Amino acid sequence: MIAEYGHLALIIALCLSIVQAIVPMVGSFAGYRTWMRLGHSLAIGQLVFVAISFACLTAAFLQDDFSLQYVANNSNTLLPTQFKVSAVWGAHEGSLLLWALILAVWSAAVALFSSHLPLVLSSRVLSILGAISVGFGLFILLTSNPFARILPFSPTEGGDLNPLLQDFGLIVHPPMLYMGYVGFSVAFAFAVAALIGGQFDSAWARWARPWINSAWVFLTIGITLGSWWAYYELGWGGWWFWDPVENASLMPWLVGTALVHSISVTEKRGAFRSWTLLLAILAFSLSLLGTFLVRSGVLTSVHAFANDPERGVFILAFLGLVVGSSLLLFALRGPVVQRQKGDTEVVSYSGLSREMMLLLNNVLLVSAMAMILIGTLYPLIADVLDLGKISVGPPYFNFFFVPMTLGLMVAMGFAVFSRWKKTDANMLLQKGMVPFLISLSAALILPLFLAESISWATYSITAVITLGASFWVVTMSLEDLWQKLDRGSSKQSSRLKNLTKLPSSYWGMQVAHIGIAVCALGVGLSSVYDVQKDVRMVPGDRVEVAGYEFTFDSLDFVQGPNFGASRAQISAYKNDRLVAVLHPEKRKYEARNQVMTEAALDAGLTRDLYVSLGEPLKGDAWAIRLHVKPFVRCIWLGGLMIGLGGLLSVMDKRYRRRRKPSTQTAPQPAATEAAAQ
Amino acid sequence: MHPLRKQRLQLVILIVVAAALVIGLVVYMLRENGNFFYTPAQIISGEAPQNTFLRAGGMVVDGSVLRSDDSLWVQFKITDGVESLTIEHTGILPDLFAEGEAAIASGKVDENLVLQATQILAKHDEKYTPPEVADAMNAAYKAKQEEKEEKEEKEEKEEKEEKEEQSGSYK
Repeated sequence: MIAEYGHLALIIALCLSIVQAIVPMVGSFAGYRTWMRLGHSLAIGQLVFVAISFACLTAAFLQDDFSLQYVANNSNTLLPTQFKVSAVWGAHEGSLLLWALILAVWSAAVALFSSHLPLVLSSRVLSILGAISVGFGLFILLTSNPFARILPFSPTEGGDLNPLLQDFGLIVHPPMLYMGYVGFSVAFAFAVAALIGGQFDSAWARWARPWINSAWVFLTIGITLGSWWAYYELGWGGWWFWDPVENASLMPWLVGTALVHSISVTEKRGAFRSWTLLLAILAFSLSLLGTFLVRSGVLTSVHAFANDPERGVFILAFLGLVVGSSLLLFALRGPVVQRQKGDTEVVSYSGLSREMMLLLNNVLLVSAMAMILIGTLYPLIADVLDLGKISVGPPYFNFFFVPMTLGLMVAMGFAVFSRWKKTDANMLLQKGMVPFLISLSAALILPLFLAESISWATYSITAVITLGASFWVVTMSLEDLWQKLDRGSSKQSSRLKNLTKLPSSYWGMQVAHIGIAVCALGVGLSSVYDVQKDVRMVPGDRVEVAGYEFTFDSLDFVQGPNFGASRAQISAYKNDRLVAVLHPEKRKYEARNQVMTEAALDAGLTRDLYVSLGEPLKGDAWAIRLHVKPFVRCIWLGGLMIGLGGLLSVMDKRYRRRRKPSTQTAPQPAATEAAAQ
Repeated sequence: MHPLRKQRLQLVILIVVAAALVIGLVVYMLRENGNFFYTPAQIISGEAPQNTFLRAGGMVVDGSVLRSDDSLWVQFKITDGVESLTIEHTGILPDLFAEGEAAIASGKVDENLVLQATQILAKHDEKYTPPEVADAMNAAYKAKQEEKEEKEEKEEKEEKEEKEEQSGSYK
């Protein structure tokens, strides 16, 4: 019966979302305050019912109710409990239910934390979120019902969860990523509401900004976790494959990053208005496109599990409807928004100013997104046009993405110092002098010591460029911080006082920018100095990889809860000193009869040792993959720092301020602004 | 011109030039780095270019996997139901690689029409067959059926002709 309750709750949630989509919107035009207020309670009601539905599906998993098709396909009596819970979102139907749940969470959050917003705006935002819920509710109920039964002949044992997904990564990665994807629906709803109302100013930007920033934080952390998970779980030590589904998450992130920057211009200077709205629409559209790519099965991908074309058509239609109608609205109302009645002066800025720097940032980020979009969709288009079956490889993506990232990093260093309206070029060059010299010397000297031996043969230009760009960003950021502390007097006590005075959005920017540098450092150095050896080993063999000696000590058989595994013991020595004992496994999951590699790694900030079992060869021999990966941890450390930076800026005091009695929209004196003076 | 307009015009020109450059580069890079997919039959018939990076896919032929005793060299055949293509690779095969299952190899075809693979991909879910392989198998199956039908028709015709001839000779 539990499944039926779950199904019923989902239908009720859909009904509530239909009312939520219509009533507040009509009320906002007719001026019925009670109708407008209804949106808030409906959003919370919807959350309750989607949560009930989600809890019912979870209960079905915990009770091993294999009469449910979805449970039978993705669970097993032997599956450990924590994976039974995460298996709820381990495949298509359940992951969509998670989508719906998270959308309901965001809507309810908007309903609860929007008391300082004008009622007309918040009711419209909730109404648009309701419309999106209707789309997803229909999608789940019509094409992907997780509560469908197999009756009367239900299986006694389930098919088990895909072994790749039986991991901590599945527990945390999809919910985080979805929080980000779906979070952009709030940005989208704010943008559409602004277009409908024609009111779009600094106040709007200040209201929307925490929502946009928090969605962006979740997406950042979600992508970072996904990359980390792929690294240790897929068993071949890669952390990014330019796989269509990874691209699908990176594209909204790039646009989201552009949006996070462009909305700051809208908030502080009232410029970039239409552009900010367009980015908000684009970010959510790309999230939907990502869902379409993942769920329709049109692309060959690590993530493309068995799919159904009917679902693809539904999402494509939904995507078309959302993108088409919002862009139409943008075309009709954009000019109205661009020129506000209250504007007394045209917002102007010169060729070198903070606005220009942020424009450059936006152009680079959006171009990078466009390159990835083309590379991701090209195989699809070629297939439709009968140009042959093509796959676009990593060289294409790297060719565009790497220079653009470097360009961003160079600009980032200067941008921290630039001022609104007009910046003195000489001042920038003067500030850049010391950091430039430090970065240059670090970039030229450090590669000598990072390589195994000091020689020109191992001297890497890539390492020089990576180090240069990363040091540049870090030193420029630190110089800016130092100057802010120095302001006033140079006494030690006042520096400390200044330190506590800096607003958290300033810290957010600094941490995120340094995070980019750390991440780039990890990407660059791990790709240059990574050493991988695939070798054939019998117990007792000794192999040297990049200064580490690996010995294959022994091989055992171990029994897990739902798998049996061959487990090797491999010891790593450096200069005859034992560094790590690693236990890679080759598991065979019984229910699916599927073999899986469980890599073993010894993690460190400056290097990872990564060992995985390939396959058994004749006799005792095994194919074994040995990796030494310098600085690979920095990639995810950097990713987390970027996320933390976003979080700090969400926590900035000025977003917690309640609506002031007057309707004045003068920007708050922001840290960065004040600091530049 | 109004300074603001002038500034905007400069910006627009800059954007147009940059966009044109970028589009040119994109088209070039897509051509350079797009790897085409070929079926074993296409490669054996010489339709696929040699010494160009490409992908080929099909079912791994039962009993075709040969391993070296002292290295990670491996050889196997994949088939689309019409022809089978020999693939050579040095390295570790993916977990779900198995005889009778779908696999995709990427690499270059040498002059002996052997694919020297740098990467082997297998399916990652036992229910999943890469769409390229499924399409290739279907196409090959259809072609085979058509060929069979044609052959049968031909044979029938020949038989008829033979009979006619025979009957003719009797006359």
